[in-house]
Amino acid sequence: MIAGISIYEILTVTTILFFIGVYGFITRKNLISILMSVELILNASVINFVVINKYLYPDMLQGVFFSIFIIAVAAAETALAISIIINLYRQIASVEVKDTEIMKY
Amino acid sequence: MDITYTILIPLIPLAVFLLLGIFSQKIKPAVSGVIGVAGLSTSALLSFYTAYQYFFVHGKVDGVYQAIVQKTTWMNFTDTLKIDMGVLIDPISIMMLIVVSVVSLMVHIYSRGYMKGDDGFTRFFAFLSLFSFSMFGLVLATNLFQIYIFWELVGVSSFLLIGYYYTKPSAVSAAKKAFIVTRFADLGFLIGILIIGFYTGTFDFETLNAVNHETGELVLNWASTSFMGLSVITWALILMFMGGAGKSAMFPLHIWLPDAMEGPTPVSALIHAATMVVAGVYLVARLFPMFYFVEDGYALNVVAYVGAFSSLFAAIIALTQTDIKRVLAFSTMSQIGYMMLALGVSKYEGHDGLGYMASMFHLFTHAMFKALLFLGAGSVIHAVHSNYLKDMGGLRKYMPITNITFLIAALAIAGFPLTSGFFSKDEILVAAFESNKLIYFSGVLVAGLTAFYMFRLYFGIFWGKDTKYKHAPHESPISMTLPLMILALISLFGGFIPFSKYVSADRAGFDAHLNYPLAAVAVSVGLIGIALAWVFYKKENNLAEKFSNAFGVFYKWTYDKFYIDEVYLFVTKKIIFNLIAAPIAWFDKKYVDGTMEGIGNKTVVISNKIKGMQSGKIQDYAFSFIAGVVILAMVFIYLWTN
Amino acid sequence: MEKIIFYILALVIIVFAIASVSSKKMLRSVIYLLFVLIGISGIYFLIDYNFLAAIQLTVYAGGVIVLLIFSVMLVHHIEMELELAKVSKRILVGLASLIGLGVFLTTIYSHEFIVVENYTTTTTEDIGFGLLSYEAGGFILPFEVISILLLASMIGAIVIAKGTKLTNKKNDTV
Repeated sequence: MIAGISIYEILTVTTILFFIGVYGFITRKNLISILMSVELILNASVINFVVINKYLYPDMLQGVFFSIFIIAVAAAETALAISIIINLYRQIASVEVKDTEIMKY
Repeated sequence: MDITYTILIPLIPLAVFLLLGIFSQKIKPAVSGVIGVAGLSTSALLSFYTAYQYFFVHGKVDGVYQAIVQKTTWMNFTDTLKIDMGVLIDPISIMMLIVVSVVSLMVHIYSRGYMKGDDGFTRFFAFLSLFSFSMFGLVLATNLFQIYIFWELVGVSSFLLIGYYYTKPSAVSAAKKAFIVTRFADLGFLIGILIIGFYTGTFDFETLNAVNHETGELVLNWASTSFMGLSVITWALILMFMGGAGKSAMFPLHIWLPDAMEGPTPVSALIHAATMVVAGVYLVARLFPMFYFVEDGYALNVVAYVGAFSSLFAAIIALTQTDIKRVLAFSTMSQIGYMMLALGVSKYEGHDGLGYMASMFHLFTHAMFKALLFLGAGSVIHAVHSNYLKDMGGLRKYMPITNITFLIAALAIAGFPLTSGFFSKDEILVAAFESNKLIYFSGVLVAGLTAFYMFRLYFGIFWGKDTKYKHAPHESPISMTLPLMILALISLFGGFIPFSKYVSADRAGFDAHLNYPLAAVAVSVGLIGIALAWVFYKKENNLAEKFSNAFGVFYKWTYDKFYIDEVYLFVTKKIIFNLIAAPIAWFDKKYVDGTMEGIGNKTVVISNKIKGMQSGKIQDYAFSFIAGVVILAMVFIYLWTN
Repeated sequence: MEKIIFYILALVIIVFAIASVSSKKMLRSVIYLLFVLIGISGIYFLIDYNFLAAIQLTVYAGGVIVLLIFSVMLVHHIEMELELAKVSKRILVGLASLIGLGVFLTTIYSHEFIVVENYTTTTTEDIGFGLLSYEAGGFILPFEVISILLLASMIGAIVIAKGTKLTNKKNDTV
């Protein structure tokens, strides 16, 4: 627990962070930037897990475990995504979203 | 009596048709002729066997010929309304089987000579077989729907055969005309069938025709709905008669028959003289109890008057035509009118059913001598290479067999005593005399006219002026003269068949006797006709010309067939096309098509606009997703907090 | 004291997050993200999850950010300016995000959390026992699954990034 700080304030911060991530995910036009926005969203949810665990159920650790798994999955995801992006760049020399619409057909 | 084998009678020609049709390029003409003749001979033998079995062995039970039906359900609409396929054997269908198979076989044999060297020889035989199949099917049909199917099939074969010389524009337009006119008539037939099906719940001939002998009425019950003063069933019968009138070239639906003579002559003999054109007569005969009993035979009166008028009308036109095949065509129309009027004046029971029997008898004899006349005419045309009387004359020296057989046929159609036509015509006239004097007198007049124009034709071809021919005409080969001789024999002696024993309206049979006074009247009228023709045409003279000049306008009218064709053209082109079809077409293009195209165009425009929604960009989808989630969350929060 | 530190951290996180998603320069954007991640690890320190804070620093700040920087370097010029979305779109998305934020915050603030007062420190040992416990509530199975996932993603990343070269070589040998 952080002395003098209620759970509401922390949740407010994480919510703001989450929506900044959403905003970035939708507006950015570059695959790497989109990936970064996803990281923001993931981090916001990780903080939520941790904080709720700490404030409401201090005797348990499930929130922490979930955070660890999320971080691991996020790391794996980032690694894969970046390898895909690099491969894509080799193929079409671009990482812009507008150049990667071919899957819609 | 097991009649399953009779199904082979139509199926063999069908098999021949398929064989010749599919391999038409592979089979040599000589072989295809043999195949066609062999197939038809088998069918003919089977028909004779069936006839023998039916008339002499099994058919008669308690003094009445029973209808033998073998059928299977083909389409099942409701519990009560279903369509069967099968074969129906009764006296008239057997008689028609004999007529069709004999004439068809003769025509097949004849065609081997007549069509020799023609490019479409195999195709011709394939179509002939198709026609034979359809006609057999029509004859054997057990119900209205089945007869309608084969009815259309004979229409198609007729179309194909009239348009056989499809490089000739006149043949093509004649084929179209025949098809369209008969199709138009068949519309009436179809509507009639549907009305019958709707009000009686059955198509089956046996059910429809069943007669309760105690009350002397039809067993069948139908809702007595009336329409414009007549019961709907009467209307249905009149509509079906319209279909029959179209096929049988009754006035005013006769206009296709003269043009149909564009087809090869054997086709005219088979289809447009002996078999298909009598399908209308057969249809009325098939439904005779209905025609007779529904509303005291109102529909039957229509049949009688249409028949009588057509027969007189056609006989008058036949007087002036110069194309020998057209004379024969109008003669056919006239004789079919005879059969119709005989049916129309007939009654049901015993000797009162004389008209019915006479009609069927005349159908039989007429098929024989008219086929003979056509085949003879074909033989002449084959020799002279022209259809027109003016190119002929004095042919008796060159073509003795054709001359004699043609003479026999002409005598038969003129009703010369003891020829087949004499008997059948006499019975028709007796039946008419007993029922309706007006019809009787018109019948007698027609008999005289028939004798006159037929002998005008005969003298014009075989006597008359001695035309000089470029190459001397010669007698046709044996393949053509053999059928002529066989048919001539039947035409001569066919009248001695005790027809009334076998074919009668109530199927019981009766004894028919010659009515000597009436026969004497008919014969003397016929002899007067022949004598007039003798005077006019035996030697080359200008009597006929003077005579026609004396008649002036009337002659011109007759020569132009009373302008019926022109009336039709006026009605269709000027009235229907310009006043009805053109505005409808305009409306269709402008509004119906316009609406549809407008819908299509708007769809394209709208889809172009909303295409952007499916951008394929995950971000756009994510935006929609988030927006949707937010909106849903708002809705739920609002609902929960209130 | 902790209160002030939290507010500073919160400010850092939000400001740099906004900067990260709106910067025109790719590399700067990545560095702003780094500050955000570090700020988050600061929050973990504040609520006494030292192990988690360490993981955050090593995995995110140390691993992911480095990966990102390398990929940026590979595919971009450092000075390259990013293309931004249309103004109308940015406003629309911003509005949607604000509304969503409002909805979330309303929900959060209207909910009564039953907070348990505590200042326990969670040690790495506790976490280790919890992760490797076979008993009810133990996380040994997910732990193993995660290790397999990491292995798989590592192999996948290598194969994909190597691209056609690797697969072609494979085909040649076969």
